[in-house]
Amino acid sequence: MTWLHVYARFLCAATLLLIAAGGMVTSTGSGLSVPDWPNSYGYFMFSFPLSSMVGGIFYEHGHRLIASSVGMLTIGMAVWLWRVDPRRWVRRLGVVALLAVIAQGLLGGITVLYFLPTAVSVSHAGLAQVFFCLTVSLALFTAPGWQRTAAAGPTAPHASSLTTERLGMALPLLVFVQILVGATMRHTGAGLAIPDFPLVFGGIVPPEWTFSIAVHYIHRVGAGLTAAAVLVTVAHLGKHHRDRPEFLRPAGLLTLLVLVQIGLGGWTVLSGRAPVINTAHVATGALVLGTSLLLGLRVNRHRFPDLRHRDAYLAGRPTLAGSNSAPEATV
Amino acid sequence: MQQRNLWTVLSLLVLATSVACGGGETGGDAPAAAPAAPAFDPSTAGNVSGMVMFDGELPAGVELMMNSDPVCAMTATNKTSSTFVGSDGHLGNVFVYVKSGLEGRTFPASSGSIELNQLGCEYVPHVMGIRVGQTLNITNSDPTLHNIHASPATNEEFNMGQPIQGMQFERTFTTPEVMVPFKCDVHGWMNAYIGVVDHPYFAVTGLDGAFSLDSLPPGDYVIEAWHEALGTQTQNVTVATGQTAEVSFTFAQ
Repeated sequence: MTWLHVYARFLCAATLLLIAAGGMVTSTGSGLSVPDWPNSYGYFMFSFPLSSMVGGIFYEHGHRLIASSVGMLTIGMAVWLWRVDPRRWVRRLGVVALLAVIAQGLLGGITVLYFLPTAVSVSHAGLAQVFFCLTVSLALFTAPGWQRTAAAGPTAPHASSLTTERLGMALPLLVFVQILVGATMRHTGAGLAIPDFPLVFGGIVPPEWTFSIAVHYIHRVGAGLTAAAVLVTVAHLGKHHRDRPEFLRPAGLLTLLVLVQIGLGGWTVLSGRAPVINTAHVATGALVLGTSLLLGLRVNRHRFPDLRHRDAYLAGRPTLAGSNSAPEATV
Repeated sequence: MQQRNLWTVLSLLVLATSVACGGGETGGDAPAAAPAAPAFDPSTAGNVSGMVMFDGELPAGVELMMNSDPVCAMTATNKTSSTFVGSDGHLGNVFVYVKSGLEGRTFPASSGSIELNQLGCEYVPHVMGIRVGQTLNITNSDPTLHNIHASPATNEEFNMGQPIQGMQFERTFTTPEVMVPFKCDVHGWMNAYIGVVDHPYFAVTGLDGAFSLDSLPPGDYVIEAWHEALGTQTQNVTVATGQTAEVSFTFAQ
């Protein structure tokens, strides 16, 4: 394991912590407890007195401090990749991650200055998940196992089934859409629009419809669809790829996470949106997304430039970049 | 000619600011013999007074958990929510005002400012009224940080920080709005409500549930009573010259 990979994993963990901290901000209603930005009550962010981090400020200012740290870690990641990684697309991904975290910071500031407009707040929540996906991807791409596959050349094991590949691509997209619906529910105050669980107003379908009820109901239906998609994927992998532990491990973890996530969703409703439970639901959602992405990337491993180009190179065909140079230097 | 106009304007301004105004516990400013349209002769005024009652036993106040800020936990003298206050079946913190019947009339601007204090990690007062254009002076009297976040529906939203004890700032509202919610996002239990109206006829009931709206022009009015948890009630009333019309509201859960 290289130090770069260790760093990437640390960035990934820090981002998950950041998402959880953001979840606590929303869950405790502290989003506007620090009314100014980028300063905090007129202080430069890092000089704000710790003794003043009381009430909602603890969550909001704490979120800002963690976000700043993640931002600096991301700068470090991008620079490090740019200097040492021979794969151009990975270096560029590091830059994309940096741009994403900058945009995320700006969205966070805008949502404070404009009193949490729903569109901006939901975008902030959505981009947080995208950025988390970028950090998961970077952690995976810098992993020795991922790079060993490239070194194995054209004989590297591929996901043999087109169905597997498509499931691997569809699942993270489905989870992401589900998270966006959840974020909309969260930022429009619809978390308790349907007050019972697992039933819906004592039945299966709401007896009346409002925007809040509709968003909440869609999120619940989406949870069912997501769980079904996970089960189908896991069953498919278990049937067709029993010899691929790198598929089965994340698939097993995904199954466990989805079950926990549905339980946390129900608990969030039944607890009246207790902040810690609510936040655990947000963080576990990110883990479901990250794990499904990891699985999707692994089953589509052969589609990545370092394998595609190697195959093309060894087959005597030009690379995508139109160059015949060694793939390690161009991709 | 110009000098005469100037004197006329000055006289009206002096008259407008010197006449005692308003009605009710926390009171607005009463109308003055100012250039209102149609003209209103104060000698023809009548009054509305009454009581706001609660049917049944008043719900117990919710205990406020202030542990998230040690300063509040140590200094607050009231750690019970102000949603339900009153005594002997009377309901306090109810905003009562003339909802309709004054259309077409204008009233002189209020000269004084209204105070909203943050003291003991609560807003004082919890419910209040203010005139359109009147100055709201907000003070932080606590040795801890507060933010003042007003989230009106039609007026301009604002969110200001007051990190230092003794800090003040002023605000005005441009449009009538009942009610404008205020909250402190630092201390989630702190909230207040301000009724913004374009006339001086409003009041907030005290613990005895009583209110009065004084010096109303004779006429027919709709009086509304607003409570933060119990909603609103309205009643029609006719005000006659020199008379006091009685109006009572009874809320229940």
